[in-house]
Amino acid sequence: MRTISFDGVIVGGGGAGMRAALQLAQSGYKTAVISKVFPTRSHTVSAQGGITCAIASADPQDDWRWHMYDTVKGSDYIGDQDAIEYMCSVGPEAIFELEHMGLPFSRTEEGRIYQRPFGGQSKNFGEGGQAARTCAAADRTGHALLHTLYQNNIKNETVFFNEWFAVDLVKNQDGAVVGVIAICIETGETVYVKSKATVFATGGAGRIYASTTNAHINTGDGMGMALRAGVPAQDMEMWQFHPTGIYGAGTLVTEGCRGEGGYLVNNDGERFMERYAPNAKDLAGRDVVARSMVLEILEGRGCGPNGDHVKLKLDHLGEDVLESRLPGICELSRTFAHVDPVKEPIPVVPTCHYMMGGIPTNVHGQALTVDASGNDAVIPGLYACGEVACVSVHGANRLGGNSLLDLVVFGRASGLFIEKSLREGIELRDASQTDIDAAGSRLEALNARESGEQVAPLRQELQEIMQNHFGVFRTGEFMREGIAKLENLRERVENVALADRSNAFNTSRIECLELQNLFETAEATAIVAEARDESRGAHAREDFTERDDENWLCHSLYHGEGKKVSKRSVNFTPQTVETFQPMARSY
Amino acid sequence: MLQVSLYRYNPETDEAPFMQDFAVDTSGRDLMVLDVLELIKAEYDGSVTYRRSCREGVCGSDGLNMNGKNGLACVTPLSETVKGDKLVIRPLPGLPVIRDLVVDMSLFYAQYEKVQPYLQNPSPAPAIERLQSPEERAQLDGLYECILCACCSTSCPSFWWNPDRFIGPAGLLQAYRFLADSRDTATEERLSKLDDPFSVFRCHGIQNCVNVCPKGLNPTKAIGHIRTMLLSRAT
Repeated sequence: MRTISFDGVIVGGGGAGMRAALQLAQSGYKTAVISKVFPTRSHTVSAQGGITCAIASADPQDDWRWHMYDTVKGSDYIGDQDAIEYMCSVGPEAIFELEHMGLPFSRTEEGRIYQRPFGGQSKNFGEGGQAARTCAAADRTGHALLHTLYQNNIKNETVFFNEWFAVDLVKNQDGAVVGVIAICIETGETVYVKSKATVFATGGAGRIYASTTNAHINTGDGMGMALRAGVPAQDMEMWQFHPTGIYGAGTLVTEGCRGEGGYLVNNDGERFMERYAPNAKDLAGRDVVARSMVLEILEGRGCGPNGDHVKLKLDHLGEDVLESRLPGICELSRTFAHVDPVKEPIPVVPTCHYMMGGIPTNVHGQALTVDASGNDAVIPGLYACGEVACVSVHGANRLGGNSLLDLVVFGRASGLFIEKSLREGIELRDASQTDIDAAGSRLEALNARESGEQVAPLRQELQEIMQNHFGVFRTGEFMREGIAKLENLRERVENVALADRSNAFNTSRIECLELQNLFETAEATAIVAEARDESRGAHAREDFTERDDENWLCHSLYHGEGKKVSKRSVNFTPQTVETFQPMARSY
Repeated sequence: MLQVSLYRYNPETDEAPFMQDFAVDTSGRDLMVLDVLELIKAEYDGSVTYRRSCREGVCGSDGLNMNGKNGLACVTPLSETVKGDKLVIRPLPGLPVIRDLVVDMSLFYAQYEKVQPYLQNPSPAPAIERLQSPEERAQLDGLYECILCACCSTSCPSFWWNPDRFIGPAGLLQAYRFLADSRDTATEERLSKLDDPFSVFRCHGIQNCVNVCPKGLNPTKAIGHIRTMLLSRAT
């Protein structure tokens, strides 16, 4: 097996990965990005409504501390306050950098960046009414951001391994991460990519659910690789169901629609969010809106012949606003719902959207584990940023527009920290042949296997288990049934068969490897969801309906080996502001 | 039953490409072409190879030639492309085929990189954003939305003939995106790089690019603007 060496290797060519790569490439260190798709095909491209940040354009008085307050409250108090403080305070600098790179933000009459209202936003620590804090490029902000980052990586001559798939982490005898095994999809060649710093920016895993806004490629590859390498996963029970996925297709309709004045109606035409969130109404936290929608449906007020969805009304905004502010939504709605939002409401339903959990990291992107005495310990050589990381700025529920800010700020922070570390010198012992073989063993086994089940039906079975047993509302008994079904599925997934044995562009091989990553992610989700016997943020238990701060004002940690769950403290000590104390969360 | 005829080629086993037929049961649903491919891969032949990612028309992975017309498989409903019950799916024309429906897009990307598709402005950046009026920003509409799917360039006869020298509609659309940006100061250098008989002037206004663009963009118009800029610069 050939070895290629770099100072820094970034796995994933989405927003987080390309922001980290840009930072490293600018520093002159030998940097490579491994991306299983051409970078602009990464899922960041699908982000619509915007990137939330207190740049004080819509409101000159806006303050990052207000954004921090909203984010802490949105997280249902298990977001780490040091990390949220860092994200919200550094955010404006990171946004202005993107603008300077050329990102085509929409503009105000003053020529500044256009900001729109999003859910969970307030002025003056919840006292000053709705804020407008989400910076937007029409409703194509993710596309504009991803292309801008790719363009600037071209400018800085970052090395891209496009359509290469990272299979597993290589660890040396000290347990440090020293690169990955990767496949060149076009030729089928397997290579050891050696690196002093390996950054996971592999994105989410929404494809563990049958109905998701996520791209086909969101298969939790980083989670799978991490769990197999003994890295714990944090807060995996916390999955965001976006209130407005298009009914049937699952494609996303931005929260920006409601920010621009759209609202949800039930079968009686009632604006039902007025009952559930009298102040914020349709702009309450996403978890709150999603649950309200499901309750409307369960109580018989859903729309359509089966009463299984609600509708998003936009026509009152007028064609001009819709075509200028929400052109992409008009297009998606016409294509996937066969509905023209200028004339009639869009059928929508809560749809799996975002993984709040992930690989625990500090604000520098360094991956963390816990030592024997329960203290945080850095895993040498491994970093994570973006959706695969759990730094944690989203806690139990992410606010809209905070994912793009997260990936830009922490992609950048990871790059800055690695640059500094490289300058100071990183000494990691080389991997032995045995170490490299160990990392290649999963692929080796797949290639050698002669029999087994096909990938597509196994994947469908997994997605249906997750959809049915670990959805918006959860109960212990039903989750335990789901866990038992997963136990039965594990061996079958481990023994999945290759439908195609050729080398050239073998997507069947990639799909098998992805399925195993999906499975690891799903099982982690299932086991911690059952363990957290309270309701908090996106994790809503019908058998434990209250938030339990005495026992669960903490992160969950899942350890793949032994499938154990432990707890980890939340950070309540920001450096420049007073701690935001947990309060009852209402909108 | 939908009669799907699929372009197949595996460089390891096939001497030449061939068309393979599948009778696919769609249960009468108006599926997207990508759904049909997923169905074939899952239930008929796991070795069928194509690219896909977002499945909602924004990532640009699944540009294909469907019943003779380029488009994105994920946002092309059967009702729009199928005549009778026949669906012929081929890779995008004019680029080397790697396998089945997957083409080698290196030349396409090289042309994109050639136009230096990034903002250039050497003056020190302000502490906040560079200001831009809504009218100036509106100049970028219809340009920045390109998803690099290559449907346009691979439908362009001029690009088929000179893929190494004619930048092609996608690259030129992005060239104009930066020429049109009030924040970019490299107009002169950009135009100099384009000022030769091939880069821009091989466009003959055939407008295939406009007809196939899944995002409704108009590269021909952008190329017209570049021509005007080049010509007025020459006089």
